[in-house]
Amino acid sequence: MKFASEFRDGKLARKITATIAAECRPDRQYSFMEFCGGHTHTIARYGLEAMLPGSIRLVHGPGCPVCVLPVGRIDSAIELACDHGVILCTYGDTMRVPGSHRLSLLKAKAAGGDIRMVWSTLDALKIARDNPGRDVVFFAIGFETTTPPTAMAVKMARAEGLKNFSIFCNHVLTPSAMRAVFEGGSLPLQGVIGPGHVSAVIGIDAYREFSDEGMPVVVAGFEPLDLLQAILMLVRQVNEDRPRVENAYVRALPAVGNEKARGVIAETMTLRKSFEWRGLGTLPDSAVRLADDYADFDAERRFDLPYRTVPDPKSCACAEVVRGIKHPQDCPLFGRGCTPDNPIGSCMVSSEGGCAAHWLYGRHNMAGKGQKEPA
Amino acid sequence: MCLAIPAEVIELMPGSMGRVSIDGIVKVVSLALVDDVAVGDHVLLHVGFALSRIDPQEAAETLALLKEMGELAEFEPAEFLG
Ligand code: SF4
Repeated sequence: MKFASEFRDGKLARKITATIAAECRPDRQYSFMEFCGGHTHTIARYGLEAMLPGSIRLVHGPGCPVCVLPVGRIDSAIELACDHGVILCTYGDTMRVPGSHRLSLLKAKAAGGDIRMVWSTLDALKIARDNPGRDVVFFAIGFETTTPPTAMAVKMARAEGLKNFSIFCNHVLTPSAMRAVFEGGSLPLQGVIGPGHVSAVIGIDAYREFSDEGMPVVVAGFEPLDLLQAILMLVRQVNEDRPRVENAYVRALPAVGNEKARGVIAETMTLRKSFEWRGLGTLPDSAVRLADDYADFDAERRFDLPYRTVPDPKSCACAEVVRGIKHPQDCPLFGRGCTPDNPIGSCMVSSEGGCAAHWLYGRHNMAGKGQKEPA
Repeated sequence: MCLAIPAEVIELMPGSMGRVSIDGIVKVVSLALVDDVAVGDHVLLHVGFALSRIDPQEAAETLALLKEMGELAEFEPAEFLG
């Protein structure tokens, strides 16, 4: 794939890691959080951590939308499909996330709920057009990358007069999650690898508040060389003691982000006063809902959908994994009761979740197979 | 989830839609969020929407920079490579 495979050159990767090792100061530790679950996936898949010198530690962050979605929101989505009889459209990632009572959208579908996986909001709009007699709800989750496609769908639905279409909006904001992680005093961090695709929408200035407070931020793309480049840039920032925001993904990421996309979000959505996150608690101004002007397209206003907070399953360490405080392996359920085939927490579901990435590619993998418990 | 992939625009369609090729797989997507997209451009595609245009010049410069980064330590001991 053009603009991707060139950035996977293993030989060059080894040379860059040699440079990184040469520039790391022997008296220093470098803990960098990769905010985005997509980065976690690349790091695990290409074994980047093992190539890096021992003084560099990579810490998994909260940037996996499936992982930070609280159980109560999954329950509401199941309710929409099962009790309100809507056609619920969703991205595939949410299908296997455990809700209450060991339910999931996948199980609700098997039990007769009309739940359809879509690749794009464009597909959800088509389903609404094809089923004028049914209510069609799109279960919208994701950070700022995924918000513009939802916002566009709302605009298109209104322009077409598509009255049976609405959004169950769960879009969340990256800077809020970063703030929560830093304030929550997780591990001591020397820098952050910023999310490339979120930044393609919000721009890199969104992280200035963190670098102003002394946290180096380098925004990176998703190929292995992109990540190594960002890590080298972070090491240099730490060594120079000059924290700033830098862009290591210039080919796809203009520093200003995408103003048009932000405009569509601003037109159709508004900040929620507070929103519950899995692992981070209830955070003010950390998520969006549909603007009052678009209230007709808001499933939470169209249907009676009371939100209930549901505690995470007992002994599940997802909350600590999301904040980077615990490694997946530290969870007592990891590989014993919680596996991708039989997930207990959401971090095991999406391949961008810390637990799933570690399960798929981690060193425990060979031994882990034997430990798998019957479902 | 936030994964976006490079796709080549192969045809412009009405309503700011377009046909793109992702390594030979053709999809109809929305180009409404990126200005002045032309056939032959590469865009960053996310759940059916182009989010930005990929700049071939910048990509080449980054590759050159990466090569430079890789040459700096050629004569350093690299025992951790194992
Ligand atoms: S192993 Fe399962 S239960 Fe434990 S933190 Fe990971 S996802 Fe949660």
